[in-house]
Amino acid sequence: MSTAANQYRAAPAILPAASGIRGVLSDAFWRKPKLLLFLMLLPPVLWLGVVYIGSLFALLLQSFFSIDEYSGLIKREFTLKTYGDLLQAANLDIILRTVTMAAAVTLASIVVAFPIAYYAARYARGRWKALFYLAVMLPLWSSYLVKVYAWKLILAKEGILTWLFSKLNLLWLLDGWLSLPIVGGNSLSVSFTGTFIVFVYVWLPFMILPMQAALERVPGNLIEASSDLGASPRQTFWNVLLPLALPGIVAGSIFTFSLTLGDYIIPQIIGTSRLFIGQAVYSQQGTAGNIPLAAAFAVVPIVIMGLYLWMAKRMGAFDAL
Amino acid sequence: MTSAVSFQKVSRHFGTVRAVDAVDLDIVPGEFFAMLGPSGSGKTTCLRLIAGFEQPTAGSISIFGERAEGVPPYRRNVNTVFQDYALFPHLNILDNVAYGLMVKGVGKAERHKAAEDALALVRLPGYGERRPGQLSGGQRQRVALARALVNQPKVLLLDEPLGALDLKLRENMQEELKSLQKALGITFIFVTHDQGEALSMADRVAVFNDGKIMQVGTPQDIYERPATRFVADFVGSSNVLPPDFVQRYSGQRRWGSLRPEAIRVGKATRGDGVSARLVSANYLGATTRLALDADGLRLHAVVPAGTKLPEEGEALVLTFNRDQLHLMDEPA
Repeated sequence: MSTAANQYRAAPAILPAASGIRGVLSDAFWRKPKLLLFLMLLPPVLWLGVVYIGSLFALLLQSFFSIDEYSGLIKREFTLKTYGDLLQAANLDIILRTVTMAAAVTLASIVVAFPIAYYAARYARGRWKALFYLAVMLPLWSSYLVKVYAWKLILAKEGILTWLFSKLNLLWLLDGWLSLPIVGGNSLSVSFTGTFIVFVYVWLPFMILPMQAALERVPGNLIEASSDLGASPRQTFWNVLLPLALPGIVAGSIFTFSLTLGDYIIPQIIGTSRLFIGQAVYSQQGTAGNIPLAAAFAVVPIVIMGLYLWMAKRMGAFDAL
Repeated sequence: MTSAVSFQKVSRHFGTVRAVDAVDLDIVPGEFFAMLGPSGSGKTTCLRLIAGFEQPTAGSISIFGERAEGVPPYRRNVNTVFQDYALFPHLNILDNVAYGLMVKGVGKAERHKAAEDALALVRLPGYGERRPGQLSGGQRQRVALARALVNQPKVLLLDEPLGALDLKLRENMQEELKSLQKALGITFIFVTHDQGEALSMADRVAVFNDGKIMQVGTPQDIYERPATRFVADFVGSSNVLPPDFVQRYSGQRRWGSLRPEAIRVGKATRGDGVSARLVSANYLGATTRLALDADGLRLHAVVPAGTKLPEEGEALVLTFNRDQLHLMDEPA
C-alpha cells in the first residue's frame, strides 16, 4: 500500500472543531442557520423599522396636525383641516400636473427602455453585455445636478437642439410644437416638454435594469413554443413576452413613477414656473413654514403608489413571479 | 406519394461546426419516425429545421411537398413537444392547450371545448384550471402533447419527450404515445438518444452521428443488420468484431457484429470456440451482462437470470451460431 493511502487511512472519521471562538461560531451557525439569518438581518431591520418607517410615520402624524393661521405655530391636535387645505383647487392642480407628468414619463420610459432591455437580455453576450451595463450605468456616475444643467443648455433657445433643428430645416416643427398649449413655451427649456425629456433621460436606467432582468428570466423556448403554435411575432409579444416581463416593467415603473412624483429639482431648473408636488413640499416646509401641509402633500405620492401597486396586482402583474 | 418531410442534401453549419451535413431523408406520411444518436450528432438540429427554428445553410426541405426554406415556424402546420415542455407559466392549463387556437382567432367557447377534448385525450380531464407549476413532470408532458395535438398538425415533432421522466412513467408514456399515434394517424418524428426507446416505439429509425445519417431502417434492420461499426456499437451495444476475427468464422475479411445475447458461454473444457476470460459481471435483473476478454478483444455476453455464473478470471469458451454473425457494409 502506498504511503499516500496510508496517510488517508490514518485520518480520523470526524475532524476536530476549528480552535477558538470562530470554530464554535461556525458550528453553531451551521446547526442553527436561522440564528445567522437573524443576526444578519437585525441591523437593517432596525434601520428600516426605526429610522425609515419611523420617520415616515412621524411625517404621517404631522399631516394630521394643523397650523395656526395667525401665529404660524403648529397646533398638535388631531384634525383633517390640513387635508381640507390640500383639496383646494390650486393644490389639486399641482397633484394632477405631477401625476400626469409621472404617468407620461413612465410610459415613455417603458417604450424607450423595452428595445434596449430586450436586446441586452436576448442577444447581448460577453463583452457586449458588459458594454450594455456600462452604457446604462454611466450616466448615473455623474452628478444629477450637472446633468440637469447640461440639459438646460441643450434645450435652451440658443442651445444645440435649436441649432440642429435649424440646420435640418425643421425649425417650423419645433416652433409648431412650442406654440401648442400646455406642452409648449418660449423654448424647450422653459416648457413641460423640456421637463418631460429630462425626467425620461434621468430615470431611464431605473426602467431598463429591472426590465432587462425580467426579460432575461423568460426562457427562450417559450418564445419558440409560441411561434411553433402559430403566433406571429406581434402575437408572441402581446401574449407571452409582455405578460412575463410585466413584473419587471412594474418594478421599473415604480421607480420612474415615484421618482418623478417626488422630484423637485428638475421642474425647478427646467420647465415652467408652475409647481410640482416636490416643489410644493419644499416651499411649504421651507419658506411657508407649513409643515402639516407639506406632510399632507408628501402623503399623496404614497397613496398613489399604493393604489398603483394594488391595481398592478389585480391585473396579475405579479402572477409570473 | 409525397413524403411528409423530405430533406435533400440539407446542411446546417454553425461557423465551422457541421451540425447537419448534406442529409437526405424521406419520412412517410403517418409513420412514427425516430431520430437516434448521441448528443451533438445533429438529430435535434434536424428537428429544429423541420419546425422552422433553424434555416438550412444548403439544401432543400419540403413538408408534404411544399418548400419550407424561409418559412417562419408560425406558418408551418407542424407542432413541437419541447424537451422541457415549455408550458406558459402565466396561463392555466386550459389556456396553455388552447393557445394555438387562440392565436388563430378561434372563439373562446370553441377553443376551450377543443382544449378540454385534447386534455381528455391525454387522460388529464378537468385539469384545465391548474397552473403548470402545480403539475408533475409526467402531467406537464401530457399537457405539452395536448397543446400540440389540439392544432391537428400535419407533423408532430417530439424532442426527447420522455427524457425527464422516471423509468416507470417513461414506459407507460411510450405505450401511450405509440397508441395515440396509431389512433390519430399523424406523422410523429421524435428525437432520442435512448436506443431502447427508438427501437420499441418507431416504425423506422434514422441513426445520426457527426451531422450525418449512418443508417435508416426498421428497428429490426438497425438492430440485427447494422450497416456500420458506429450503428452496431450505439444501437443495442453489439459486439463489433474486427476483420481478422470475422475472417476466421465467415471466410470474409469484413467488419462484423454479434449481439451479446447470441453468445453462449461455456466452461473451458468443453469443445472448440473462442477462448476467453471473465472480466466482470453486471447484474441487470432479468439478465446478467458479462464482460469477457478474448485474447485482447473485449466482448460482451448476456445470460438470463438464474444461470450459474462463472468466477471472475475463469477461463471460458464462447460459441455462437455462424448465421448470427452479421457482416457489415463498412470496408475492412
